[in-house]
Amino acid sequence: MSAEVSVPIERDADIVTARQEGRQLAAAAGFSSADQTIIALAISEITRNIVSYAQRGKVTLSRMDEGGRRGILIVAQDDGPGIPDIDLAMRDGYSTAKSLGVGLPGARRVMDEFELVSALGKGTTVTMKKWLR
Amino acid sequence: MSVPILKQGDVLIASIQAALSDRELAQLHDAFADQVGRFRSRGVIIDVTALDVLDSFATRTLRSIAYTAKLRGANAVVVGIQPDVAFAMVQLGLSLEGVATALDLEEGLAYIRDVAKRGSHRVR
Repeated sequence: MSAEVSVPIERDADIVTARQEGRQLAAAAGFSSADQTIIALAISEITRNIVSYAQRGKVTLSRMDEGGRRGILIVAQDDGPGIPDIDLAMRDGYSTAKSLGVGLPGARRVMDEFELVSALGKGTTVTMKKWLR
Repeated sequence: MSVPILKQGDVLIASIQAALSDRELAQLHDAFADQVGRFRSRGVIIDVTALDVLDSFATRTLRSIAYTAKLRGANAVVVGIQPDVAFAMVQLGLSLEGVATALDLEEGLAYIRDVAKRGSHRVR
C-alpha cells in the first residue's frame, strides 16, 4: 500500500493542487473532516514558502503505517537559498516575504511532528507527520 | 478563473465558487477596490461558503479587501466560513481581526443594512 503522491511546486496554483491532493490522501487514510482541513492548511503554508522563497520545489505526500500507528507524511523540498536563521523563521509573526509570518510556526503547531532542515545555498526540507487518533 | 462580482443595489457580492490561487485572490482584491468607487457601493460581501481552506494568504487578502473597502466608504462582511475551516484557522493561529463576519449571505445582507441604517445618523 504505497499511496504516494508527488506534486511539483512552481507557481501559486500548485499550492492549491498540493493541498487538494493532501486532503484526498488524508481522507483515504481515515482522518476526520476537521483533520483533513488542518492537513490541507498546513500543506498550503509550507508549499507557499517554496513559491515565496525558493521559486520551485516539490511536496511528497504518503501514508504511514508504523507498527499499527497510521498517519500521513508530508515532505516539502526545495533547492532554494535556504533559511539563514531557522529560529527566527519559526517565530510567530516573523516574515520577510508576502505573508503574515504565521505559516511555518502555524504548521508546526497543528502537526504531530515537524522538522525543518535548511542549508544556505542548498535548500530547505520540511517534514511533517500527523497520526490518526 | 476570476470571481464574478454581482451588484445588488449599493452592495457588491462575490461568491467564491472554487479554490482560488494567490493570483486570483489578488485579482478579486483589485476588482473590489475598483468597483466600490465606480458603483458608489456601501457594502461588500464575500461569500466563502464553497472554500474548504482559508490559509494565511487568503486570510490576509480578505482583511485587505475589508480594510480597503472601509477606506473607500463601504462596509465589508465575510460570510459562510465553514466549521472545519474556522476550526483549522484557530488551530493555526489565523484570524480575521477587525473584519465583520456573518453565518451566511442572508445574515451578511442584514448586517450591511443594519450598519447603513445606523450610519445615516452620523454627523456630516
